[in-house]
Formats: sequence, C-alpha cells, structure tokens
Amino acid sequence: MRVFVPIDAAALSVGAGAVAAAIEAEAKRRCVEITLVRNGSRGLLWLEPLVEIETAAGRIAYGPVTAADVPGLFEAGFLAGGAHKLSLGPTEEIPYLKAQQRLTFARCGITDPLSIADYAAHGGWRGLDTALTLAPQAIVETIVESGLRGRGGAGFPTGIKWRTVLAAPAAQKYIVCNADEGDSGTFADRMLMEGDPFVLIEGMIIAGLAVGATSGFVYIRSEYPHAFRTFNRAIALAEAAGYLGASVKGSGRAFHLETRLGAGAYICGEETSLLESLEGKRGQIRPKPPLPAIEGLFGQPTVVNNVISLASVPVILDKGAAFYRDFGLGRSRGTLPFQLAGNVKQGGLVETAFGLTLGELIERFGGGTASGRPIRAVQVGGPLGAYFPPALLDTPLDYEAFAQRQGMVGHGGVVVFDDTVDLAQQARFAMEFCAIESCGKCTPCRIGSTRGVEVIDRIVAGTERGKNLTVLDDLCQLLLDGSLCALGGLTPFPVLSALKHFPEDFDQPVPDARAAE
Amino acid sequence: MKPVVPWDPLEAQDIIARLKPMAGASLPILHALQDHFGYVDGAAVPLIAKALNLSQAEIHGIISFYHEFRAAPAGASVIKLCRAEACQAMGCRSLEAHAQQRLGIGFGETTADRRFTLEPVYCLGNCALSPAVMIDGELHGRVDAARFDALVGGAP
Repeated sequence: MRVFVPIDAAALSVGAGAVAAAIEAEAKRRCVEITLVRNGSRGLLWLEPLVEIETAAGRIAYGPVTAADVPGLFEAGFLAGGAHKLSLGPTEEIPYLKAQQRLTFARCGITDPLSIADYAAHGGWRGLDTALTLAPQAIVETIVESGLRGRGGAGFPTGIKWRTVLAAPAAQKYIVCNADEGDSGTFADRMLMEGDPFVLIEGMIIAGLAVGATSGFVYIRSEYPHAFRTFNRAIALAEAAGYLGASVKGSGRAFHLETRLGAGAYICGEETSLLESLEGKRGQIRPKPPLPAIEGLFGQPTVVNNVISLASVPVILDKGAAFYRDFGLGRSRGTLPFQLAGNVKQGGLVETAFGLTLGELIERFGGGTASGRPIRAVQVGGPLGAYFPPALLDTPLDYEAFAQRQGMVGHGGVVVFDDTVDLAQQARFAMEFCAIESCGKCTPCRIGSTRGVEVIDRIVAGTERGKNLTVLDDLCQLLLDGSLCALGGLTPFPVLSALKHFPEDFDQPVPDARAAE
Repeated sequence: MKPVVPWDPLEAQDIIARLKPMAGASLPILHALQDHFGYVDGAAVPLIAKALNLSQAEIHGIISFYHEFRAAPAGASVIKLCRAEACQAMGCRSLEAHAQQRLGIGFGETTADRRFTLEPVYCLGNCALSPAVMIDGELHGRVDAARFDALVGGAP
C-alpha cells in the first residue's frame, strides 16, 4: 500500500510534513501497513498538501489535506480510494493536469525523487543511452533540430550554443547549469530539482558528451535550501550508481558534477555574473564578447543553460528532435512549464506547448483571481517583464508574439494582479528592485535605477508632472540603450508598460479609445 | 536549525583549510563560516585572504556584495519575508507592515531580546502560495497576519 505525500518545499510550506507524520501515526495506531513515499509535487499547488493513494485503478488524489483531516480520511477508507469530501478522484483525470503536455515534468510528482530505480522505471536514462551511441556532432544537431531555446528567459537556441562550444578547442570545457531562479512568479527550476533531480543530471551528462565537457556545476540560489539538499543527495546517488564520475555508465567518458550555492544576488542569474560568482568573486557582469561559449568558466569554453533547458534534453534524445519540435508554433517549439502565480485561484505549474493565449492559461487553468475580483494586470516573465492589461490577454504564449507587444515570456512566470493593484507603485518597485540588485558595473543601471525611483515619486506626488514624465521616458531610453546586461536593459519594460497601459495610476488622462469602452 | 557556536579563529582556520581546494572556494568558505558561527566575523577576512592568495579588500568586496552574508550575529531566528511581485499581488506589503510592527523592528534589524532578525528577500519560489516567508530555512506559504503571529509565537 503506497501513500504519496510531497516533500516539495511549496507543499511543505502549507503543512505536508505534518500531514505525512499524521498519516504514519494513524496507520500505526490502526495497525495498517503502509509505505509512505515522499514524492515531488504534481504542481497543482492550490491543492497542496495533495495526498495520493496507489490503488488497482491508478492513483487517487485527496487535497488539500491538513493533519487534522487524517483520522477522517482513514475512517472513510481513503487507503482503498474511499469517498471523502477532499477526494479529487484519479489524479491523472484532474482537468488541470489532464490538459497539460508534460514532457520535461513527465515524472515530477509521480516518482520518489531520490530513487534511481524509480527514475529508470519511468523512462529515465533512455536519452543518455541514445546519446552514448552518438557522435558529439550528432547529439548537438539533434538539439538544434528540436528547436529547443533557452528556458531561462533569453530564448537563445540551445543547440547553436552547444555547437559553438563543441567547435571551440580546449583541454577543459564546462557545463554550467543556471539554477539561480530569481524571477518572482517562477518556481519550475525549484520544483524540478526537488521533484525529479535525475533528469537534470541526465541532461547535463548528455550536454557534456555533446560538447566534450567533463565537468559540470549547478549554481543553486541560497533561497532554495530544500532544492540544494535534494540535489546534492541526487548527485551522490548518481555517482554511486556509476552515472557520474570517471566513466559514465562504463563508457570510458568522464563527467563530474558539483553544486555551488548562491548568496542572495538576483544578478547572478545573468550568465556572466553567475560565472564570476562560481569563480568565487563578486557577481559583477562581464562585458560580452567574449561569449561564455568561447571564454566562460575559468576562461574555458562553457555551456551555460537554465535548469529547464537541460532537463528537456533527455526527452529530446529519447524520443527524437521531431517529437519535441512538433509541439509549439512558429519559432517557439516544444513545451514550456508556465508558472501561474500571485493573485490566482489555482496557482501551479502548467507545462504546455507554446501557443495557448495568456488569457486561456489564466482562465482555463488558473480559474481567475484568488480574491474573486477582476484581473487588472498580469506580469509575465519576472520582475523585468511588462505589465499587460486585460486587453492584451489574447497574446499567444510565444517568444515572438510577446516581444511584438513589448513583453517577454522569459522563464514562464505569470503573476496575476486584481483591481486593487496600483501600477505606479509597481513601476516604482521595478526601479527600486533594480537599484537593490544592480551589480554596479554600469552607470545607467547603478545610478539610473535610483533616479528612477525619485522621478516616479515626484510624478506620483504631482511635482512638475509633465517635465518629470519626460525625464522618466528619457531615463528609460538610456537604461534600454546603455546598460551592459538585461537587468538595467529590461527594467524599463515594467515601468513603460505601466505608464502606457495604466496612465490613470500616474494621474494621466486615459486615451480616448479606452475611455470610450 | 542547528545552533551556532561563538567565533573561534582555530575552528575558522579548519573550515577554510578544508574547503580551500574547491574551485571558486570563497563562496563555499563564506557559507560554511556563516553556517557554523551564524555570521562572518571580520577576523575571518585576513584568514580567507591568506588561504586563497587574494587581498583582504577582495574578500571584503565579496562579503559585502552578497545579501546573504552578514558581518554581525543575527537573532536566534532569521525571518525572511518575501517582498517580490507575486507576494505583492497577495498583500505582502501589508504583511510587511504587520511584521515590522509586531516585532518592533525594521528590515535588517534584530529584536532587543535577540530572538528575531527580520530580512527582506526577493522571491522564495513559493509564488503560487504567496505571501511567502522563510524562517530558519523553513518555507511557509499563504502567510497572513494571523499566521505570521502564530509562526513567531509569543513575540514581543
């Protein structure tokens, strides 16, 4: 009798630990033998703690469960899938999950994250098996053909990056995984590292085989202590099982993997700053060129990829480039794990092919706002993403479609705000955040962000509003054009989108078209 | 969380010597020192600098760059309160005000009885269950004023 209670940090944050303890205690009291499995999260976060029971008819879900519900659940015969007010029926039939296309998150929430046997039984290591039969060039071309683009936010074609590193001659090359998931509204990297860490390890080994790198580092942010612990355990298990080390699965080809912990710096999600930090320095960005693919970690050719990019590699190698490419549209191929967050009724992880509209994602999956009030703004792509008004909810989730509307898909975070939001306050926060997190290397970002806060304060206070709006516009242009990296370069997006779509919050007249609505 | 121990240069030396061979050793060393002593004592700076063959200015620069490292001991419990957008959408601004009023301290400060230190944080990756708070490494979701009070117990 297997009972699943997630050990994902989000599930723990709403009491999964107490629920697991209560289930064990109650089973003992009733002399019922159960095997408690601490799985990852299915990503239906508003239902956490989500308890699952393995029955002959598949897994049955109950949630959200509190420790106090546990005796009642036993009484209702939940170990046999019995009816109870918290019963959600067969997990796989829950519409939120059923409507998804889970490729990268295929196993997350299903398996025991730290069981190599479980991982293998659910399709793990198949991508690596294929990769071990291929020449490096062939692995790289498979990734190019799949259309996979960097899931960290920039959307650069992963295969092209690998091609550059493969072609760069060097005695030592590196694979670096960017797990510094700092964007508010995102948690896919965390969920994956806690819920299915071996898929990331497998992806990194394949990347190493593809470009000729024998050493890899995963840079995990310090705000994720659970993920850091789980991932370190996963590495030790993979080493013991012969997947990592001097000879990957007896192939004679080496791949060593280590983790490093960040120290609370948003900028270290920027790849060159991350490399500096990995080298043990202040996380100040490096001017590009040289690209990290040519001169990266310790000056050597380095692949720097996001967690989700690397974790998508095994399924591509296993099922082929065409399989992956057939999902999505235009130049956005495959799937993206979107993260529904903020003021949303059904927050969680939604992995789906590109192409759904933003509104469909929020309504069909999110079920509207948590407060029940109307949606007023949606920020997609983290703190540097634009604020979209309801009129733009018809934007398809696609890199180019968002860019066309001065927005970005980024790492797939979708933060919903209801009508109590003040967009002038949000614009001010964007500048404030940039000031707090600026690495200080370039002047527009370091100084401009602080001036931005002051200018917005003057606008809101009504001090020479017209003149200050001109200054703000000018300042944003300077940040866009003159910053060395995306932090300064993209901070104007939330600010300008707030001004453009929500002028009334800055006490500005609403354009005629909207006033007439 | 395991209790921290008072600053001891010999123990610090041991930690530094143990981690020194790592690639990019300075951050792992600083983390290990902070885990052990609860903060990075100023006296550790020359020790790290010597071990890594860097200047003291460089080590000081690293410590001061990262929000995570602190130069003085914190309270018995460190409360990190998320101030980022997903938590803002669920009312973290009022939670922030409540927490400061309840503890009687601002961000970056420690209560007079040294029980709590309050720190701002920008995203804990719990954005679907916001507002989020982390206390001594444990994550808490959907934290409203009442839940915050329950978490800090009989705070001043």
